[in-house]
Amino acid sequence: MKKEVVIEVKDARVKEAINSFLESLLEKNLVSALLVPREVPSKDNVVQSLMTNSNGLKEVNVISPVLPVSSARIISEMTRLSSYKNPVGVVLRSCEIRALIELVKLKQASLDNLLIIGVDCLGTYSVSDYQNLCKQGNSPSDELLRKFKEGGEDTKLRKACQVCEYPIPSNADLVIGLIGVDFEKNILLKSGTEKGEKILENFSFLPVRACTQTGPEFNQSKREESVSKYLSKKIEKRDALFSEMKEETSGGWENLLSVFSTCINCHNCMRVCPLCYCRECFFESPTFEFGSEKYLLWAKRKGSIKMPRDTILFHLGRMSHMATSCVGCGLCEQACPSNIPLLKIFKMVSYKVQQIFKYVPGRDLEEPLPLTTFKEDELRSVGEE
Amino acid sequence: MANFEPKIVGFLCNWCTYAGADLAGTSRIQYPPNIRPIRVMCSGSVDSVYILRALLEGADGVFIGGCHPGDCHYVSGNYKERRRITVLKSILKSLGLDDGRVWIRWVSASEGKRYADSISEMTSHLKRLGPNPVSKYWSL
Repeated sequence: MKKEVVIEVKDARVKEAINSFLESLLEKNLVSALLVPREVPSKDNVVQSLMTNSNGLKEVNVISPVLPVSSARIISEMTRLSSYKNPVGVVLRSCEIRALIELVKLKQASLDNLLIIGVDCLGTYSVSDYQNLCKQGNSPSDELLRKFKEGGEDTKLRKACQVCEYPIPSNADLVIGLIGVDFEKNILLKSGTEKGEKILENFSFLPVRACTQTGPEFNQSKREESVSKYLSKKIEKRDALFSEMKEETSGGWENLLSVFSTCINCHNCMRVCPLCYCRECFFESPTFEFGSEKYLLWAKRKGSIKMPRDTILFHLGRMSHMATSCVGCGLCEQACPSNIPLLKIFKMVSYKVQQIFKYVPGRDLEEPLPLTTFKEDELRSVGEE
Repeated sequence: MANFEPKIVGFLCNWCTYAGADLAGTSRIQYPPNIRPIRVMCSGSVDSVYILRALLEGADGVFIGGCHPGDCHYVSGNYKERRRITVLKSILKSLGLDDGRVWIRWVSASEGKRYADSISEMTSHLKRLGPNPVSKYWSL
């Protein structure tokens, strides 16, 4: 059975309340290590860190609204060769969990002995925006919580987060709930699996039901209501983005060229993409090394050619490889030095592709990847028209 | 555009469509010489990137020929290619590009006539469409 308990928050210190829970996970030896976002000494950014003791836990901030790198990539790096022997806790956002599930299907990561702790995500700022907010002397985490509580929308959040349909983590062993919860007093802690439930047995948190009697602020239907209200706002924004995109692409190639022509071929988008898992990327292979004369030949054909070459091929090719699994984290856009609106493009393209196969990346570990499977009785018109 | 002769890059499966093309030839069936066939072991080995590259390099059309569903020499290559082409066409459409320049047809080794007809059909379709617009753009 699913278990729901509350973590008491003292003086509206949300971060500290979560951290004390994480600390006891380590102290009670329920996990041998934790992968968590931790504030860097300069305090203006967070990085993932793998902690084996609770020294430095004060600097851990799992609600910090910034995502420099997807932990799915990090977990893949750590577990690709061998899985963990002892439980390791990983604190992740929804997009990171969904990407991780896709990587497991691609045999690039292992969930063995991982305790996935998902956190409700209120969105993230770009790394530079986050740094600027810190420089202004405010804590971006507290600010975002405050804004969220007041029901205001933060248009400074990354576009990917503004249009994200999955703020609540799925497929997590434990979920730390903030949406629809009076988080200045209590935080929801919910088990999603048997593994998570067993962890909760080691704690003496108050169950949700008992809480409802003492504080009317806390009940399940209120959370559900808030979540669906929050979601519908996001979906509205997403659809607006899609129709904007549709208008922009009505120009065909010409439009695509103006969008991608500033690409400097750095492949940053590919390097940060949690789904781009190939050890050797085709687009970095010797296939794209040519002799000097070849360039002249191409240039002669059209009078002139853009350099570096093959940038559109790279983007379209990458798209055709990962669109079925794109989770819409938008890290490609964050990593782009040329400000190409990659999120908008990839999100819409992927959404359409995934709809064909009714596939939702990260939804279910048992669902096969669309391009690795097939049904005999489908797409009958293809090849016959 | 009266003299426009489209260039078609063809990826033909070794076991069915390539043999079908052979049969079209040995049967002396007339069809337009606009296709440049590339023999591949299976239609399932044709990655979207090959197709995109051909289109971006200025091919007016790309033709993929495979065994009929259920007849794949490697059991399921054509089923997978069917999904891959569906994804590629969806991507092209989402970006406002013409997916009508990419054709996939199942042609068996005994269907020389179907092969010739397919190429005739595609050639006249591309003649109507005109040259691939990518050749106009230097910044590609």
